[in-house]
Formats: sequence, structure tokens, C-alpha cells
Amino acid sequence: MDAGKLIKMANDIGRFFAAPAAAGPARDQALFGIADHIKRFWDPRMRSAILAALDAGHAQALDEPVAAALLAHRTLLTPVAKA
Amino acid sequence: MYSKDTIDFGTPAKPGAATVAVDIDGVAVNVPAGTSVMRAAMEAGIAVPKLCATDSLDAFGSCRLCVVEIEGKRGCPASCTTIVEPGMKVHTQTPKLAQLRRGVMELYISDHPLDCLTCAANGNCELQNMAGAFAITHFDAPTDTSNPYFSFDASKCIVCSRCVRACDEVQGTFALTVLGRGFDSKISAGGKPFMDSDCVSCGACVQACPTATLMEKSVIQLGQPDRSVVTTCAYCGVGCSFRAEMKGSQVVRMVPNKDGHANEGHSCVKGRFAWGYATHPDRIKHPMIRASIHDPWREVSWDEAVTYAASEFRRIQAKYGRGAVGGITSSRCTNEETYLVQKLVRAAFGNNNVDTCARVCHSPTGYGLKTTLGESAGTQDFESVEHADVVIVMGANPTDAHPVFASRLKQRLIAGAKLIVIDPRKTDLVSSPHIRAAHHLQLRPGTNVAMINSLAHVIVTENRVDEAYVAARCEPADFARWREFVALPKNSPEAMEAVTGVPAATARAAARLYATAGNGAIYYGLGVTEHSQGSTTVMGIANLAMATGNIGRTGVGVNPLRGQNNVQGSCDMGSFPHEFPGYRHVSDDATRQLFEKAWGVALDNEPGLRIPNMFDASLDASFRGMYVQGEDIAHSDPNTHHVEAALSALECLVVHDIFLNETAKYAHVFLPGASFLEKDGTFTNAERRISRVRKVMPPLAGKADWEGTVALAAALGYQMDYKHPSEIMDEIARLTPTFHGVSYAKLDELGSIQWPCNDAAPTGTPIMHEQAFVRGKGRFMVTEYVATDEKVGPRFPLLLTTGRILTQYNVGAQTRRTDNVAWHSEDTLEIHPHDAETRGIVHGDRVALRSRVGETTLHARVTERVAPGVVYTTFHHPESGANVVTTDNSDWATNCPEYKVTAVEVAKVMSVAAWQANFDEFHREQMRHLPARPASSPKGGR
Repeated sequence: MDAGKLIKMANDIGRFFAAPAAAGPARDQALFGIADHIKRFWDPRMRSAILAALDAGHAQALDEPVAAALLAHRTLLTPVAKA
Repeated sequence: MYSKDTIDFGTPAKPGAATVAVDIDGVAVNVPAGTSVMRAAMEAGIAVPKLCATDSLDAFGSCRLCVVEIEGKRGCPASCTTIVEPGMKVHTQTPKLAQLRRGVMELYISDHPLDCLTCAANGNCELQNMAGAFAITHFDAPTDTSNPYFSFDASKCIVCSRCVRACDEVQGTFALTVLGRGFDSKISAGGKPFMDSDCVSCGACVQACPTATLMEKSVIQLGQPDRSVVTTCAYCGVGCSFRAEMKGSQVVRMVPNKDGHANEGHSCVKGRFAWGYATHPDRIKHPMIRASIHDPWREVSWDEAVTYAASEFRRIQAKYGRGAVGGITSSRCTNEETYLVQKLVRAAFGNNNVDTCARVCHSPTGYGLKTTLGESAGTQDFESVEHADVVIVMGANPTDAHPVFASRLKQRLIAGAKLIVIDPRKTDLVSSPHIRAAHHLQLRPGTNVAMINSLAHVIVTENRVDEAYVAARCEPADFARWREFVALPKNSPEAMEAVTGVPAATARAAARLYATAGNGAIYYGLGVTEHSQGSTTVMGIANLAMATGNIGRTGVGVNPLRGQNNVQGSCDMGSFPHEFPGYRHVSDDATRQLFEKAWGVALDNEPGLRIPNMFDASLDASFRGMYVQGEDIAHSDPNTHHVEAALSALECLVVHDIFLNETAKYAHVFLPGASFLEKDGTFTNAERRISRVRKVMPPLAGKADWEGTVALAAALGYQMDYKHPSEIMDEIARLTPTFHGVSYAKLDELGSIQWPCNDAAPTGTPIMHEQAFVRGKGRFMVTEYVATDEKVGPRFPLLLTTGRILTQYNVGAQTRRTDNVAWHSEDTLEIHPHDAETRGIVHGDRVALRSRVGETTLHARVTERVAPGVVYTTFHHPESGANVVTTDNSDWATNCPEYKVTAVEVAKVMSVAAWQANFDEFHREQMRHLPARPASSPKGGR
């Protein structure tokens, strides 16, 4: 999957959830909102690809709350291997 | 069959509980107060002669044929305009009345041709039915045949004015009038031929005409029908009910069904007249296969075609993985058919890679309304608008895209309701005969959220919130957060004026009107959803409605105007990759286990690919096979270069359609589809109304679409044992709570049903969220405005927005193969005179339309309908290449493309764009690959 496109999509998601949350519990809620949205709407290969992009050093292309959400909720987002 | 449609009661029904008892020709009858004597007689089974009266129009009292005698009253009053009174004794047949009526008829007949035996209305002419004697005299008058679908023969006109009144009172266009006085009176379309007039060809005048003056050309050509079948239109999301009037398996005409709850006897030019595509010579009637898209097609049996397709899908899955194939369901197909395609993907492919065209239109509606209200659907029935006091129409053009609803809306506006239009274009609703919007918020494309926030700011800061409603019905913490947010100065109309381009005073006045005028209803369309913040705007609309207490009763609500006929249904049926039927997430164990048990297979608990993701996955080689039923993604989806590349990379593309559409040119297997006239099923319209689709002719290619899917599933080794679509609906009802009470038997009994239909609401639910929101408490969402990435600049200084027009439908595959091309034979580019002048462009010039992703050319249409800085086009003709220019930008939540905002430049040119030249060459190649067949028209024109 095109990492650049996935990063843009993730940043767009982040701008909705992170908008009202600067710090504190609201920020935790926002980060979960970002991760949960990606988990609920993205095919596993897309989630794998954005985590791979994060690992490959593309974090600077991700908005800060998005990168934080991916890191904080990596387990939630990592697809479970299937037979 | 459920239908009283063939009975004309003469005057409209009068609602109300209070009844009046009267005696008519010795028959006692009780009717609602306010009922006419004529209708009371009809209710008693006594037909009063009439010509100018019909029950879709208010009484007129013109023809004088319906006179009656009433004991205790002098003279012979017209029964259509006389209202029943308690104890009234009416006589409809007396020697005096017979003499009077005979005299009236002689006057009519003296001015009417006597060609009944050769007249197209012979046997179905009210004048003929009423005539007791004939006088031999007539005058010659020209026949207007300019309209492709009906003729106007003035020599047969009795100037009863039914047509004029139908145009005024039903359609609301005011195109017809009576010119002259006395014997010189004649009906006229404003002194012009019909095609040059304001007539929108809705057919209401033809329907109302009691003689053959206004007559469908198909009836003149084919003669009177000998049977009729009630079915549902396959065009827009209004979902009009029609009687398909037939001669054998030949459609003679489509007549709007008076008992149709969505349309109540009205129609538009598409549903009423544009059905000829169903038997167009371009129809593909045999399955075809080929190894490469550059090979000729080979006609094969159904068995060989599905066997080949199945073997290719299995080969691809073996090579690339189970998730390397997927399917797309169609909003133009029935609920039962979309249900089967998603079932095939989930159960036979073994993944959730299923999506539908709602992805590119109303997917943000699903997300936004489910998040705020708890259900992915509009809140009202169409009838509700008749009780609205103020209506906001945002990003929708119902007179073009949802014309029958627009007529209903217009009648309400004429009666006094106020209108606020939020749209970059000056649509017809902004100003048309007898209608003028109180406010037109002509915002810049891409600034919907800013606009909605500024309206909310006014409502909150001027203390116009319905506090009691919010306190009782909504989540308090979410409301408090939202209130604090929208009250911020940055969201004020004054601050947002620089963003939206809408004067602050206008925004404030509009907000005050919506909040204070009484019942406030919001109707919106793709101008809301097809944006990078489409879902945010939908949530913002729901916020506004909740804050003002405008959800949960008649006359209010949040109403998405769905684009295609079965968008609501295809979404309901589980066409999204993350949801089973009934909008239940695939990760929900209880739901998944329910379907696993019913379908006998293990199901994936992970969301699948959405359409844009499928394209991206195709280009990275993780997705290689696709089954597309009834959609034309090569034409309709954005960034055509990208789509073409993705489709070209597929190893097996199976297209199941009635025509070789643009997508099929990239296909390896073609399964011939069936039109809506050739199958049984149901459609669900924008008001959640489930209506029957009934087969009126056998499938031209031998199988209805659901049968094709069943055959493909069987070839994949997954058996679906259905003998009739009613059995599919029974399965849907078993597995989907909101459809639990739906069955074909109940649909036949009730005519149509609005879901939810279950034990709590056995006859359906016209208005949602009446006592509480589906999710419990309504949830206000903070809607921060985020500017689109698609920004204007020196290279691309204009904003392109796209839409559609009255006479064409979506990608035009159907309407381009009808006489509707007489109105719209090509897509043009609307450009403001100022922008045209600075570029040296005059009306009719060929102009290049360039964006960051592509270039096409169109002919310019210089008009003030668009604001300076904005250009507009439609996408009904594939060679126009509107989507060559649109981008991959999409809604953050759903990936719905941002069709409505593309930064472009426009310049005068002399030749077509490179893409168009390549398109033409590829089209010709693909036509050569078809087996020898009757001469087909390039690109689906007439």
C-alpha cells in the first residue's frame, strides 16, 4: 500500500479526534479514538503498512497525535496472523 | 394486489376523524368532513360524470358535467366544489341532470375531432366515456410533437385546464397556461413548443389530460396496454411507485402510482419516460469471457462463464492470498441482490472485501448519523416536509436530482414555509416561479463545516438552544463540550465570513430563522458528503437539529437525499466492508456467529478493503480479482488515471451489468445483467421505505442478477438455495433486527414499509427517534473546521464542483440510451462571466479543464449560476472525463471522495485532451472486441 497515502489518511483522522484534546484524559481519549477508528475501518494490510511506515522512520510525516496513537495502541492495531 | 390506483375519486381525500353522514341516490355514506359531494358519491360506489376533476388536483368547477341536485337547495351545483353537509340528500341521476349534461357534452364534442377509432386514447378517453351523443364538426390545430415522449394535439383539447393545474399544483413548474378567452381559449406552454418551454416533462399534464390531447408517443405507437404491474422506479432515491402498463412483455408506458407512498401519483422525466434503455440494442445478452482485455470477447454459456470466473478467483487466492479478491454491490440492484453479493464475498471468498457505490456518495451519512443519533439513515418520511415551517436545503439540488420530492417541497414553500439554501450554486430552488429562498448562503466549496459551525454559534450565543429538549434527550457532557466549542469567537459568522464567503449578517439571519420559525427540517445531498470533511458536516447538521429540538416528530428532521435508487438499501444490506447487514460491525462476535450459523461457514472478523483501498491494493499487487455488479467504477470514481491503472492491473475482473460500460472494457468476464423490469425484489428509498420491484418481462439474458450471483457462488463451491427473491428477504428478516417484520406478503398487503419493521413497529416506522434516539441519548460531536488540502493558487485558481442534472442519471448508462439526450447530449463546464472574460472564453468554446491530477476538455457554458471563482460540470458522459480531473482526496472517516472540491484552471483550446484521444481509441478497440451484433451507438448515445 502507498505509505504516503496512508499517512495522509491517518493524519486526516487525527485532525478530527485530536482537535478538541490538547492534554490530559482528553488526549488519551483522542489517541484511542484515532487508533480505534483505524482498527474498525482499515483492512489489516493497511494497518500493517502504516505500522511499517512508522517503524521505517516516517513518524515525522505523521502528525504528532497520530504517531502517538499508533505507538500507544500498536497491539490493538496489529493484525492477528491467520491460517 | 394492493392498489386502488385505478379509481379516480374526483377530488382529493380530506384527512380527519370527524365524519359527516349523507345520502346519495338512497345510499347512506359516512365521509370525513370537508369531503366533496363528488368524492362522497365515489366512496358510495356511485360515479358522477366529470371531465375537469381528478383526485390528484383540487376541485376546479369548470366542466359543469358533474352537476347534481340536492334536496332543499336551488339549482344544480357542481358536485366537485360542493362540500357535504350533515343529512344532505343528493341525487346524481335525474332527467333534468341528464338534459343539462347532454347539452354540456354537445358543446365539448362540437369542438372536438371525431377520430376516436384511430385515436391513441380510444377506449381510455374520459371524453369518449362521457359522451352520449356526437356532433360532426372539428377544427384543425397544429400538433406539437417537439417533446420526445408526448405529443400535444390541440384539436382534441377541451380546455378543461387539468394540465395547467397539474403543472401548477402537482409539479410546481407553472409552465402551462390558458391563452385567449372564450372560444379562443387554448392551452399553451408559454406560447412556445413544449421543448422550448419551461416544461420539465414530468408527465403530470399527460396524466391529468382527460382526452388524447396530451398523449404518450409510446401509446400512440403501441396502442393501449392490456395489463399493468405495480413496481418501483430504478432511478433516484425517491423510489417512486409506478404501474408498468404492458402489452404482453412490451412496456407501453410507466404511469405513476397514486397509491405509491413515496410519490403519491407524481413522477419525473426519468421514471415516467426514460425506460427505453431496458431494450436498447446495446444490451449484452450473452455471457462472455476473454484472457486479456486486448482480446476479442467470446460468447459462452452461463455455466462456462461462472466456472471460468470461479477458477480465476480461486487461482488468484491461491497465489496472492485469501484477501486478494473482492466484490462491489450495486445501489442500482435490489436489496436481495446486494445481500447476495456481500454474502458471496464473505462466505465464498472468505473475506470482507465488499463495498458499494455509497462509498463515493453517502458513506459519511452512515458514519455521521450513526455516531450522533444511533442509526445510519434519515429521520423522516417525505410527507413530513408538508409540515415543515422552515427548510434548509444544503448541498442538494432536488429539482434536478430528486424531482418528485422537490415538487412536494415546492408546494410546501408556495404554501408559506421558509427556505434557506446553502450551496455554492444558485440552484433552481433559490429563485423559481412563486418560490424565493429567504436566504441563499452561497458558500465557497469546501467550507461546509465552517458554515455549519457559524450557524451553531449564533444559536448558542443568542440563547436559541431548546434547552428542555437537549436536557431530556442528549448526552449532557457532549453537549456542554460542543456548546463551549461552537461559542468560541473563531466560529462566529463574522470570523468565518472570510472562509465561507457568506456575509455574517446573512448567516445570522439564517440561523435565527431556522431556530425560531417552528418546525425546522434539513435536507442535504452529496454537496455535504463528498468532501474531506463530509462526515464532520453530517455530524454538524445533526448537532444543529438536536440543539433546536428538531428531531423526533413530523415536520422536522435530518434527511439525506440519497443519490441512487437503492443506496439506502445497499448500505442496509451489509455492503460495507466493516459491517454485516443492519450496520453491525464484523468484529462483533455475537453478530458474526449469527451469520456463521446461518451461512454455514466461518467468517472473517477484520474489516475488508473499501473501493479506493481496493484500487491501491491492486497497484501494490495484493489485490488481483474483483466482481462488480451493476456499477461503473471506471466512470464514476475519482482520479480516472489511477482507477484505470488499478483496473488494468487486475488479473480477473468480472463485470455483471446490462451494458458494456466503461468498467467492463477492463473486464475478463462479462455476466449479462437484468434491468429492474426483468426481476423481482425490493428497493429501499431515502426515507427507509422498502418497496417491491416486480418482474414485468423475462430477463433478456436468461437470468435475473440474483440468479447470476447464485450461479457464481455455486461455481465457487458455495451453495445458495433460493427459488425466489422472497426467500432471500425471509433470510434477511431472520438475521437483521430492523427488517425482522418484513416479508413480501406484508409488502403486498401494505404497499411499502419503512424500516425499522419489527415486533415493536409491525407496520414500519415513518418517523425515527420519536421518544428517544436509537443510541439512547443524542450525542453532540465537536466539529472543528479543517481546510481541505485542495487549495487554489496561481496555477489552479478556480474551484471545480460537480453534480448532475434533471434529465440524466449518474454515469448516464441508462439515460444516455434514451431520448433524454435531447436535453443533455454532452456535459458542459459552467463558468461565471467574469472568469470567462478574463480568460477570453465565450459561450460554446472548447476549454481545457486542468487539475493537479489530470486534464480534459469541455464546452463552456457562461452563466451566473456559479459564483466567480467556481466552475461546475456534470459527469453523465464518459468521454467528458470529469473524473480525470477529480482527486484522491477523501472524507477522513469513510474515504468518500472529495468530488466537490478540485482546484483547477480553465483555458480556451482547439482540440480534445490527450486522455480523451486515448479514451476514444480504447473505446473503439473494445467495440471491435465485441461479437458481431446490431450496430451499436458509441459510448451509449442514442
